[in-house]
Amino acid sequence: MIKNKISQNDSEKDGQKSVLNRRLFLRSAGVATAVGTLAIGACKNDDDDVVTPVDGTTVDLGSGDVGILNYAYALEQLEAAFYEQVVKTPYTGITAAETTLLTDIRDHEVIHRDFFKAALTAAAPTQIIPSLEVDFSKIDFTSRAAVLGAAKLFEDTGVAAYNGAGKFIKSADYLLIAGKIVSVEARHAAAISDLLTPKTADFASDTQIDSNGLDKATASATILAAVQPYVKTKISGANLPK
Amino acid sequence: MDIFKILDEIQKIDGDSVGRLEHATRRHFMNRIGSKIAAVAVPTAFASIVNKAYAQSAGAVDILNFALTLEYLEDDFYQAANAASGLIPSTDKAIFTQIGKHETQHVAFLKGALGAKAVTKPAFDFTAKGNFATVFTDYNTFLTVSHALEDTGVRAYKGQAGGLMADPDLLQYALQVHSVEARHASIVRKLLSAATGNTAIKSWITNAEGAPAAVYAGEDNKTQGGVNLTGLAGKSDAAITEAFDEPLTKDQVLAIAGLFL
Repeated sequence: MIKNKISQNDSEKDGQKSVLNRRLFLRSAGVATAVGTLAIGACKNDDDDVVTPVDGTTVDLGSGDVGILNYAYALEQLEAAFYEQVVKTPYTGITAAETTLLTDIRDHEVIHRDFFKAALTAAAPTQIIPSLEVDFSKIDFTSRAAVLGAAKLFEDTGVAAYNGAGKFIKSADYLLIAGKIVSVEARHAAAISDLLTPKTADFASDTQIDSNGLDKATASATILAAVQPYVKTKISGANLPK
Repeated sequence: MDIFKILDEIQKIDGDSVGRLEHATRRHFMNRIGSKIAAVAVPTAFASIVNKAYAQSAGAVDILNFALTLEYLEDDFYQAANAASGLIPSTDKAIFTQIGKHETQHVAFLKGALGAKAVTKPAFDFTAKGNFATVFTDYNTFLTVSHALEDTGVRAYKGQAGGLMADPDLLQYALQVHSVEARHASIVRKLLSAATGNTAIKSWITNAEGAPAAVYAGEDNKTQGGVNLTGLAGKSDAAITEAFDEPLTKDQVLAIAGLFL
């Protein structure tokens, strides 16, 4: 029964580093023209500037490109919190190679999460969603099968989410960034699958890949419904482009 | 695959799609399916209808033909490797059979989408003019070429995504192929690491490490969205470069593919 608050992780980790990071980020933001383009693109493409919780407990991801960035940020928050827990409380019988692999993945997901946080803070400071409170109480972190099963679910879901959202992104810069991240999620998905069922076709199984050789591309509403059981905070994607 | 569900979904996305499907109407399509077209031909039949509706811009055709050329290369490569006796250990056959199957599917899908506009398959030299002379006799050499082709594929599709923004459905297909190539790359890199005993090779690309060097050029980028991420979350440069895969331009990809022509 492990419940984990991302906000706790954030504050614990962010403490000193985040101040520095944010300062670094803002400093480079002031210098780099590319980030200016990013920010302008975000404002231009977003018709609804208000992120208002639908009620006291629901977080609305918003609309336009910023909505999609918030959507990605939410999923990365979930993945990062999950792997932080996995590395903190390793499952029974974990091997050194598995620890290395899962620590690598944790680092990638934390980087993705903090990247989106920084990018959204710079581009849309009034629209960034807050840290989400996760709920992993249904995952037995002592069980290898349970942990890797959940990891596979999160990775495959991440791939399908980015693949489904890509065509709604209006900014070419954001689309490229999503592309840079989704292939890393796909690498994770294959690596995790191969831990569960080594040397089989499961790294890109026939249930995941269709008969045209295409991976899944899933609508945001379906993705959010699938991950909601792992997030205490209620997330609404009602205003996302679709 | 439920072909009718896909048609329904296209309709949901684009209410006018049936109209745009010209004389290849839904009814016509169903008739064609019904009239004993072999099940294996269905993806191609479907793709050729998608072609009529969507693949009309010259830019999209160029990109699809570029992708088709890469898929021809990969498809031929795995067909030869899977047929070569004594190359792939029996323990790893399932993996390369699956990869080969996907590449064949990608070729069929793209050829169907392009119809008469599809480029013809060039002749390939997988030894790369003798640089990989043992590619179909030595497993480590094969794995080296395989991982390089997969990583190139990932980078190539990524580099073309922006060019397909005007064709949302084609963009989505490209993304759906892109992540399959990344799954392939991940597993082949794991096999390469085990076969060579080089634990520095992981399922993800660290810095710009890897051979041939041209395949990994620029993977050490740490600037995303105009922001230098060095030190982000206290993570290493290695982790930051692993967390983002980088694109290649069409010219960079053609230079790499040219090694095998």
